[in-house]
Amino acid sequence: MTPTLRGDAARDGPDPPAAAWTEAARVVREEHTRLLATLIRVTGSVDLAEDATQDAVVRALETWPRDGVPDNPRGWLLVVARRRAVDLIRREANRAGKEAAAMSLLDPTPEPPEVVRDDLLRLVFTCCHPTLSLDAQVALALRTLAGLSTAQVARALLLPEPTLAKRLTRAKQKIARAGIPYRVPEAAELPGRLTGVASTVYLIFNEGYATGRPGPADEATRLARLLAELMPDEPTVLGLLALLLLQGSRRAARTGPGGRLLLLAEQDRSRWDRNAIVEGVELVGRALRRTPHRPDRYVVQAAIAACHALAPAYDRTPWDAVVSWYDVLLTVHDTPVVRLNRAAAVAERDGPAMALGLVDTISGLAGYPWWHATRAELLRRLDRPAEATAAYDRALALDLNEPQLAHLRRRRAELPA
Amino acid sequence: MPLYAALTYTADVDWSQPEQATELAEYRAFAAGAQAVLRGGQALYPTATATTVRVSGGKDGDVLTTDGPYAETKEALTGFYLLECADLEEAVRVAAGLPAAWNGAVEVRPVIQFSR
Repeated sequence: MTPTLRGDAARDGPDPPAAAWTEAARVVREEHTRLLATLIRVTGSVDLAEDATQDAVVRALETWPRDGVPDNPRGWLLVVARRRAVDLIRREANRAGKEAAAMSLLDPTPEPPEVVRDDLLRLVFTCCHPTLSLDAQVALALRTLAGLSTAQVARALLLPEPTLAKRLTRAKQKIARAGIPYRVPEAAELPGRLTGVASTVYLIFNEGYATGRPGPADEATRLARLLAELMPDEPTVLGLLALLLLQGSRRAARTGPGGRLLLLAEQDRSRWDRNAIVEGVELVGRALRRTPHRPDRYVVQAAIAACHALAPAYDRTPWDAVVSWYDVLLTVHDTPVVRLNRAAAVAERDGPAMALGLVDTISGLAGYPWWHATRAELLRRLDRPAEATAAYDRALALDLNEPQLAHLRRRRAELPA
Repeated sequence: MPLYAALTYTADVDWSQPEQATELAEYRAFAAGAQAVLRGGQALYPTATATTVRVSGGKDGDVLTTDGPYAETKEALTGFYLLECADLEEAVRVAAGLPAAWNGAVEVRPVIQFSR
């Protein structure tokens, strides 16, 4: 039911219905990032823009549930936020020139849609600027692009709030003091910069994925969706959204009773999110058509995820296709971890002996628990339990979270003594 | 316009010696190319000539000097440039043209411009 909000309820009247709150909160959330992005451009300061945006949001949440959401919510928010920015500038600085700068903010001309779009892009590329540390990029993206509060960002990243607050302050100071530009990169720089943006968003996704917490994964998917709306022709962005949708589609099936981690082979595929898979596969297709010559690494990773997503059962996975996609991935993104994952697919196609040969030639993964765990799994299949046990022990000694440790301990316990 | 200091960290060389002439020429070429944004800069004698000064017990206390640089590191501060650039991206682009960027590292830091 759509709530009728245009009432004449008195200020001290009864509380507005819950639906009115929900509707106001939804619109505010939708507009928040755009508002912030525009305010940063017009004020030239992330801090000032955040304060002004926050103020407008609070006022909207005070009045909208009572009076109804205005016809042009963005315009309403922008006017309130700009007025607040003017107040703040006047209060902070008595220096000459500031007054004029403040007045120009009161220009009532509405922002055309393409300007708003560019503001969002500027915000994306500033938050994910390569001169900021990855930690700072992740925190900034969640705070400004995803619109989470400092407390929510801290919770998402499992950090104490003061630590996170300090990290954000430092990042914003660096943007302001070092002069990181608020600008969309030029065409020649764009591919490299987009890869940086994508890896920041993917890092946020994995933050939640590894520990089974849905918050960061949802935020990352929202961010990827925003990027795909802003840059619908960029394969990196389409591939990123596809990858997150396809990996995220398995979420409900990834844990069994008692939070037990379930492998791909053990998952109940009827619990996979079909809508996410359909959308993800369609995106992979669109992205591949845009990269006929040099495929993007996110698109290829999404194509691998699509092979799994479309297989009706684990033993009907098209391993030939998976291995071929890994070969393609190696041409654009050759890392030891990609080689390890390829070897795991080879194990399914050509057997454990062939795969172990590949795994043992990968160097540089002695500190990576899944290298040892993969060796253990292959040694188990080759009936070499003593060596398998030793390999599990080496994996267990490395950095893993509790469900991952429990999984490996269980596998180790299943081996014959 | 923002000002940036570009601090060059490289092997601890003696720029005053003739054997550095080739490398010095590369820095001169850089300076010629970056003329539009270059606002100053100097090469430093090696860290063996450095003296680190401390005053113990607060202002007007005993002056203590130690022979050598403030921090003993593999790559030493060997010079600095002052660049006037539109933003950090331009400063990074200019700094990437310094031979120190491939022979060591360049630290780019914004300069505070106190209003007079």
